[in-house]
Amino acid sequence: MLLIAVAVIGAAAALYWVEHKHGSDAAVHRTAKQPAPDFTLPQLDGQDLRLSSFRGKVVLLDFWASWCEPCRVETPHLIELQEKYGDRGLQIIGVSMDDSPDPARAFVQQFHMNYPVVMGNAKTGELYGGVLGLPIAFLIDRDGRIYSKHIGATEPEVFEKDIASLLPKP
Amino acid sequence: MKMKTAGRYVDLIVLFATITGLTIAQALAQATAIPTSDLINPEDLIKLLQTSGKEKPLMIQVGSHVLFSQAHIPGSEYIGPASSESGLQQLRQRVESLPRKTFIVLYCGCCPWGHCPNVKPADDALKAMGFTNVKVLYIPENFGTNWVDKGYPVAKGD
Repeated sequence: MLLIAVAVIGAAAALYWVEHKHGSDAAVHRTAKQPAPDFTLPQLDGQDLRLSSFRGKVVLLDFWASWCEPCRVETPHLIELQEKYGDRGLQIIGVSMDDSPDPARAFVQQFHMNYPVVMGNAKTGELYGGVLGLPIAFLIDRDGRIYSKHIGATEPEVFEKDIASLLPKP
Repeated sequence: MKMKTAGRYVDLIVLFATITGLTIAQALAQATAIPTSDLINPEDLIKLLQTSGKEKPLMIQVGSHVLFSQAHIPGSEYIGPASSESGLQQLRQRVESLPRKTFIVLYCGCCPWGHCPNVKPADDALKAMGFTNVKVLYIPENFGTNWVDKGYPVAKGD
């Protein structure tokens, strides 16, 4: 009986690891530092957010959706990064690709997200070369140029290394 | 004292059982649980679509509308995310009147295959309705990487 229980728990642990391991699907692309396409989009509270108003900060633009399982894994790490580097000039901006704001709003509340979230759309996706899979994140330097593109759930250490290299030294 | 220790063991067993149950249930609801024989590769679907005289499938996208608007397989229909009850309902309504032998291809491509929450529930729903000729498009990474970037035909808009 005990052996069966151990075997089942072991199988569950293996499944959990397979489902939640970080970075397995992620790919990082260094970009040619093209200017990040500007946009103005409504936040979940209805106020407009303009990307270019964050010039001078390092911006992590994260495309996500409430139904995206890897986004659920990644979001707590992004919250930690915002907490850790916000004072030094990091601004994470979430772009929800949900079809309607309600599930995005519920997600924001569930995770206690500490950075602004706007509602994206197909046009926003096309501006960034097509957001045809989630999550996808773009790291934008203080001059508003795209430094790197991260496809898939990205390990927090990878983000952190890039962010630290773009922020002014403490 | 012994009672207290036994109680803790019971708590632990219940906790492990819950985690096990939830994890297995989650795994079963994901695309990796679809039998390989029920999958079709993008290359094979393209060949099929481009070969005259072959039966063309009804292609249904069961993911996000925002992604569909950016790019989808020409001729395919948007139904809605099958991970939600409303999406499943729309799927059932769309195919309800069709002969159960209708060739149907389901696809999503929102996330890496092992994380897609939509294709498995959609596949299950059609099978439960008695459809016998359903294939699920195998998209390992996402629709952008495994379809658009390969240069396969794409349509935009609704």
